[in-house]
Amino acid sequence: MIDVHNITKRYGHHTAIDRVTFSVAKGEVLAFLGPNGAGKTTTMRILTCFMPATEGTARVAGFDCTDHPLEVKRQIGYLPETPPVYQELTVTEYLTFVGQLRGMAGPTLTSALDQSIGRLELGAVRHRLIGNLSRGYRQRVGLAQALLHDPPVLILDEPTVGLDPKQIIEIRELIKSLAGSHSVILSTHILPEATAVCQRVVIINKGRIVAEDTPEQLSARLRQSEKISLTLKFCPADCETKLRAIRGVLQVLPGQGGGTFLIECELGRDLRDELARVAVMNQWGLLELRTVSMTLEDVFLQLTRHEDHSTETTETTVSMASPENQDR
Amino acid sequence: MTPVQAIIGKELRIYFVSPIVYVVGAVFLLIFGLLSYLYVGFAGAQAIQLMQMQGGPAQINLNDLVFRNLFASMRIVLVIILPILTMRLFAEERKLRTFEFLLTSPLRVTDIVVGKFVSVFVIYLGLVGLTTLVPTILMLFSDFDWNPIWTGYLGMVLLGALFLSVGLFASAVTENQIVAAFVSFGMLLTIWLIAGLGSLFGDTTAGHLISYLSYMEHYERLVRGLIDTSDLVYFGSGLVLMLFLTHRVVESTRWK
Repeated sequence: MIDVHNITKRYGHHTAIDRVTFSVAKGEVLAFLGPNGAGKTTTMRILTCFMPATEGTARVAGFDCTDHPLEVKRQIGYLPETPPVYQELTVTEYLTFVGQLRGMAGPTLTSALDQSIGRLELGAVRHRLIGNLSRGYRQRVGLAQALLHDPPVLILDEPTVGLDPKQIIEIRELIKSLAGSHSVILSTHILPEATAVCQRVVIINKGRIVAEDTPEQLSARLRQSEKISLTLKFCPADCETKLRAIRGVLQVLPGQGGGTFLIECELGRDLRDELARVAVMNQWGLLELRTVSMTLEDVFLQLTRHEDHSTETTETTVSMASPENQDR
Repeated sequence: MTPVQAIIGKELRIYFVSPIVYVVGAVFLLIFGLLSYLYVGFAGAQAIQLMQMQGGPAQINLNDLVFRNLFASMRIVLVIILPILTMRLFAEERKLRTFEFLLTSPLRVTDIVVGKFVSVFVIYLGLVGLTTLVPTILMLFSDFDWNPIWTGYLGMVLLGALFLSVGLFASAVTENQIVAAFVSFGMLLTIWLIAGLGSLFGDTTAGHLISYLSYMEHYERLVRGLIDTSDLVYFGSGLVLMLFLTHRVVESTRWK
């Protein structure tokens, strides 16, 4: 449904996104994950034909974003970072305007309006001026706008910002329910959100894609060692040395609270029974023993932190390349 | 309903929900009324003077004494007031981030520019329409020729359309409404002063050419009751040029 191939966007000397390539299948929900300023919004703006890419091609539903912008725009429902609402209009007036812009009229428009208002539970405020609504309601009006014409492709820039926890869950459920019939790209920097609603995650940092996979596989792939948390009731001075002496243990780190250790062991080796045996034999009073799996949060931090080391090289390449580009 | 109609409807709705139209309209009508009152008062005083000198009832020409002066004075009023009406058109959309929404909706930039221009032009026509009360009331008490009044109104409509298109352009170049108003104010005054620059060159080709660029002589001819094709061409092409430039500016913001 969405095909992005090697797109680059430069603002003068600043490269906002650098050779980004990804694709979204029909009915798939893809999360765009990255710290602020990573290039998520820029990518979305290119896909929605708000601005053209400096290089590369982006296609939505088979239409090229540069050559057939009107066709692309018809296929897309877009929620920008700030909900694009007019404060002087009521919710109904605003959504009617949005429908008219999309060429809807009469009963089609009325039923789309009712459906969209129902989906986002805006019934109670439908005749109120948007300017008098709270941030959460405005965000929902923005979402209603994107869903109004039931587009095959939805592009949502941080859809749950400004909502309360209950609403966040409702919106996530809504997005999940759209999967299958709609292709959705949503950007977020809230990691549980990506795990909760998306089949696939693209992590972007400093304008480049650093990882792309399912949430589970991402954390599995990036796990370089197994980690086991061990809590003991008694820990004599030599217990750390004894733990380290077990075959396969790489490192023993003090964990949170007294008597807790974080034991790092070689990949693919489950040392839990061995650790239990040693603990029982030495009568340390084994309280807890469990494996620690890496959360998406850890993956994310690891990936983006890892990037920092290579930043310098990236930036020199960019500045070396730019005079050449200006000549062209 | 076409996208252009949708934009016109939305703009009109916002104009009437926000206080701009009421404030600008009130000031515009107040000044028009005051000026009419003053010019009628002056005409009356002159009539009394003439009566005392001649000793009989004097014939005064309302077309010359009232309407020509009134239309001439409206130039400066329009220069000051119309930028306030147009300043929000694009600047507000950019400030509120609805600009991105408009440009990602399936409509052409031309639709947006034309829709916005037509909406503000309709409001201006409404205000100008209300001012016809003044000649209608004067008609009850005196006799005058309606033809120069119609051409005067045509002049005011054309001049207003040109000013609104300049204001629309100024609004597209910035996201600050005050800056937008000030830019259009500055542009309108500059085009006004070009007439003075032209007269410096005297009766030469260059002088005529430069004067032609200013709206002054074109408007004056219409107020005097003359309809000249070259004046209509001037207003028409000026309007199209400004709308075209607005289109380019809106389009180019996407490339930045």
